[in-house]
Amino acid sequence: MTDRYVLAVDQGTTSTRSIVFDRSGRMVAVRQREHRQHFPRPGWVEHDPMEIWANTQRTAAQVLRDVAAADGDVVALGIANQRETTVVWDRATGRPVGRALVWQDTRTAELVTELSARPDAAIVAERAGMDIAGYFAGPRLRWILDHVPRARERAEAGELLFGTMETWLIWNLTGGPEGGVHVTDVTNASRTLLMDVRTCRWDADLLAFFDVPAVMLPEIRPSVGVLGTATALSPAIPIAGALGDQQAALFGQVCFAPGDAKCTYGTGSFLLQNTGTELVRSRSGSISTVAYQLAGEPVRYALEGSVAVAGALVQWLRDGLGLIATAPEVETLARTVRDNGGCYVVPAFSGLLAPHWRGEARGLVAGLTGYVTKGHLARAALEATGWQTRDVVQAMEADSGLSLAALRVDGGMTTNNLLMQFVADVLDTPVVRPMVGETVSLGAAYAAGLAVGVWSDVEALKRNWHRSAQWTPVPARARALSAEYPRWERAVQLSIAWGAP
Amino acid sequence: MPGTVQSIERAAAILQVVAGSGGTLGVTEIAGAVGLAKTTTHSLLRTLLAVGFVDQDRSTGRYSLGAGLLRLGAGHLDVNELRARASNWADALASRSGQAVRLATLAGDHVDVVHHVFRPDDSVQVLDVGTRLPAATTALGKVLLASAAGRHGGGTGVGDVAVDRVELAEVRARGWATGRVGPDLGVSGLAAPVRGSTGLVVAALGISGPTSVVLDGRGAPRPALLTMVLDAAQAVSRELGHSG
Ligand SMILES: Nc1ncnc2c1ncn2[C@@H]1O[C@H](COP(=O)(O)OP(=O)(O)OP(=O)(O)O)[C@@H](O)[C@H]1O
Repeated sequence: MTDRYVLAVDQGTTSTRSIVFDRSGRMVAVRQREHRQHFPRPGWVEHDPMEIWANTQRTAAQVLRDVAAADGDVVALGIANQRETTVVWDRATGRPVGRALVWQDTRTAELVTELSARPDAAIVAERAGMDIAGYFAGPRLRWILDHVPRARERAEAGELLFGTMETWLIWNLTGGPEGGVHVTDVTNASRTLLMDVRTCRWDADLLAFFDVPAVMLPEIRPSVGVLGTATALSPAIPIAGALGDQQAALFGQVCFAPGDAKCTYGTGSFLLQNTGTELVRSRSGSISTVAYQLAGEPVRYALEGSVAVAGALVQWLRDGLGLIATAPEVETLARTVRDNGGCYVVPAFSGLLAPHWRGEARGLVAGLTGYVTKGHLARAALEATGWQTRDVVQAMEADSGLSLAALRVDGGMTTNNLLMQFVADVLDTPVVRPMVGETVSLGAAYAAGLAVGVWSDVEALKRNWHRSAQWTPVPARARALSAEYPRWERAVQLSIAWGAP
Repeated sequence: MPGTVQSIERAAAILQVVAGSGGTLGVTEIAGAVGLAKTTTHSLLRTLLAVGFVDQDRSTGRYSLGAGLLRLGAGHLDVNELRARASNWADALASRSGQAVRLATLAGDHVDVVHHVFRPDDSVQVLDVGTRLPAATTALGKVLLASAAGRHGGGTGVGDVAVDRVELAEVRARGWATGRVGPDLGVSGLAAPVRGSTGLVVAALGISGPTSVVLDGRGAPRPALLTMVLDAAQAVSRELGHSG
């Protein structure tokens, strides 16, 4: 019998990956291509949408060729994408009006301060489920409309289209200027600040608040369901799922029950907890976001704790300080000492996201003494990721009242045993890693495969999930770290105070 | 450069030339490249040959970098780096074989478990990264001892480990080993070597599971599992830059 395969495209911050999965959720083929990071000014981060589209086409064509000889048919395509990254393009020519504004870009800081000061600013948190922050796509779109010559005029005339990365790719995959489908999935739409998080429709008041013309917005669709046919691929296959990358990881980790949570440790760290069909209003600094929606079913929600700098701090030890040659060596260095030597690193490189949301915060190393060595610094850098996880978990538990039975983890940092044990101890919760580390791609594949019947239901997906490792908290360590936690909290307060104007 | 030893400087210059040439130069060309007399160059090359830092092609007389030098570099492969690079392939092996997977390096008469992937049946298992297993009886250990013995020449010099030298020679020749995992005879292991960019064995990758699943009635590995283990070990070797 021929197997039925699903293609996933993971359009990430640093690269685009195309992966083919079989019905057991196992990787059959993978191709990857990095794209250029453009830093035109301090705080500005841009990607070239044409380069990303070319990489998508190329890697997808390559994996489809890789599996052409295999005993299986690729029956659907699912897309997961870097979230909040904003593209605006000309619907007639398919040319972007400029480079994409990446989620790490902080150019909207001033605009955000201005918008937040308006008397009607409270409607954003109330309707969109999250406070105004430069992290989301809406302010970036507004920035483009304000700064790209004639952009507003052309947008109002219906000549320009807006999209996050999945929208841009789906439009191109389905024909581009020749009949391309202009759609977004509900998880990505929930990251714009333009959507009413309850009705899952664009909200007229929010559009007015941000001064964004409705004609340029894509149609909002469920995450699981056919969106169009990818005629740009050969063979043409239905695009049957799309999710923001963190929601895709939640899906790939089969966190389908309220309370289920996962944390992805890559450049940043992103903890999402499923809250079911109920939207939980955060009072403690988490984000209320859409987890996923199956066509014809109610929307599922999640609370999210987004941390901008996790693996990026390790990268900084490597590239900025030259303390290590490769990221995994940070563990070797950290193991040269027994503790952090009283040292805390707060990696607020461009402010702090959840649960603090303090754009002005700046990084610091607290507790330096002559005793501290590079080993202590390495340990403190890893611990920073663990402490930040505790910050967001505490906020989330306060909001949802759902306590965490276990944390499912994935991402590049999960091969670091020292860090994973620290996370288990600092949360006093078991930490579990699944057999398929590529949970983002897997989630996109699951969404698409579910839509076309490769898998019958989410229960079938749950049977594919297996544990590959577990870190169990050590009670004495957990107690000691709880006692130490206020020191970390103080370091965070200092980093906020340091950046205050 | 005050305080430097001239002959070491010269030897270093020679090694740089030899490394850059890819094994195409004889003594005359090397002497020319480093600006030394041919006799001086020759005696330096003879010392480098004796310590294994260069090799000489018998028929052409040309020099290339020696295995001794490459081994120095291979020793620097960080175990955490090794785990990170092996992780996807180890997961895939566990998932395909349905067995637990371990990656190990040699530490005297023991092996250190560098990476461990649970058997994918969601039963209670304990992560044993950092624990030591006996080298002489485990599949992982035999693979590593066999390659260590090979490096020291023909099955001698593997320390005080009591091993079956005939078996090690066999393991080396066929490229895999079977063995026990702990005191329990009901559990067996099957492992293959992982090679670094220099071609030297840097680790062993293997599965372990119920003896009746891993081995047939005569103690030979099940062919399907053997293929999976060999493929995975080769994939990790490629990931580390081994081209063979
Ligand atoms: N063993 C390790 N210990 C600590 N940090 C690590 C380790 N391995 C990788 N990292 C860090 O993890 C990050 C890479 O992880 P990963 O590839 O999952 O994410 P990503 O680059 O965020 O993904 P994408 O480009 O798809 O958005 C880097 O920042 C790197 O420094």
